[in-house]
Amino acid sequence: MKPDDFDFASQFFKDRSGLVLTREKAYLLESRLMPVARKKGLKSLEELIAAMRVGRDSVLLREVTEAMTINESFFFRDIKPFDLFRNTVLPRFLQSRASKKALRVWCAACSSGQEPYSLAMIMREEAARLAGWRNEIVGTDISSEMVAKAKAGLYSQFEVQRGLPIQLLVKYFKKEGDLWQIDASLRAMVRYREYNLLTDLRGLGGFDVVFCRNVLIYFDNETKAKVLAQIRGLMPDDGILFLGGAETVLGISDYFKPIPDLRGLYMPTDRKPAAGTAALSQAGTPGA
Amino acid sequence: MKSCLVVDDSRVIRKVARNILEDLGFEVSEAANGQEALDVCKAKAFDSILLDWYMPVMNGIEFLRALRALPNGKGPIVVFCTTENDISHIQAAIEAGANEYVMKPFDSEIIQAKFAQVGLL
Ligand SMILES: C[S@@+](CC[C@H](N)C(=O)[O-])C[C@H]1O[C@@H](n2cnc3c(N)ncnc32)[C@H](O)[C@@H]1O
Repeated sequence: MKPDDFDFASQFFKDRSGLVLTREKAYLLESRLMPVARKKGLKSLEELIAAMRVGRDSVLLREVTEAMTINESFFFRDIKPFDLFRNTVLPRFLQSRASKKALRVWCAACSSGQEPYSLAMIMREEAARLAGWRNEIVGTDISSEMVAKAKAGLYSQFEVQRGLPIQLLVKYFKKEGDLWQIDASLRAMVRYREYNLLTDLRGLGGFDVVFCRNVLIYFDNETKAKVLAQIRGLMPDDGILFLGGAETVLGISDYFKPIPDLRGLYMPTDRKPAAGTAALSQAGTPGA
Repeated sequence: MKSCLVVDDSRVIRKVARNILEDLGFEVSEAANGQEALDVCKAKAFDSILLDWYMPVMNGIEFLRALRALPNGKGPIVVFCTTENDISHIQAAIEAGANEYVMKPFDSEIIQAKFAQVGLL
């Protein structure tokens, strides 16, 4: 591959989705983009990159962007964060939002939906304590294909065996041919939208709890810092941020700090969100 | 070291399961059907049992019911591991006292995830 082509491609993906592509990862271009090239009737990666340079075909640009994303996800991934959500975070908000009776949760890079549905199942299991509450889970991802899959709530036998306790499979899923579909009532608990974290996020409204897991790892520090600043802007001062196991705010953003003894959880610091970002005292629905 | 009894009438599957479980640090024993398994369980308390459904002599669900009726039969964590993948089989397994359920074909990743889920890892 020509160095020039590589530089163009890596700059393109950095601008589009934040993805940092180092030279050692150049092979990913070949393995992930050739299927797109073939679908478009192009013979080589070079031809595809030439077409990307022309830049007129917005469908192509979206498809290559999506093809480069890593969408790996599973139910109750890493378990601990979900235990903490159920046992520590939910009870905290049950108290602090007792009069408002509303909680908004955002999965900021939800992939095929396992993360938001894991939270939906927890909230359903806690339904007795949440009676009368108006809660909302929002799942967003840059990939239209993943958002469509998340909305459908259809998973392979392999996917439902990764992290999902069998009791929950029986309770909340139905078999559809070879696939398993999560119950319509749980699907109705999550609102999915296509959303790029590099764009202005204020249209999403405010969130008390944000899961932004296993996506910042693909970005450089500057992009991470920008995304974290925006997330802070959508949060009340007592909001809680969940990051992935290999992610941190330390040395990247001073809008958040780790919550002592709660691994992977972060809370806003005293630094106020920059002007122009929605500083909310309590999370609210857009336009509400 | 935790122990696991692999109950399956296929020698090949027992071997595959043994390899995966030994890699995960288990001390593995084998039985070729429910009756054999029940006899071993009367003599020894296992931490976990990986259990096939259809086997000659005594099948998995009959074994599980008999096991849970033993004086110390509530102890072992039982993970079903079978090609039966419809809700009614899974439901029956849970009612008989299964802790988890793996649908074949399985791989080391699924076994590891399921064993972690029930606290064996
Ligand atoms: C590895 S998955 C993580 C899924 C889930 N959060 C988890 O932890 O299991 C990363 C997801 O981030 C999405 N993604 C990558 N860049 C993004 C961006 N700029 N905006 C929104 N989503 C993005 C990808 O499409 C992919 O689905």
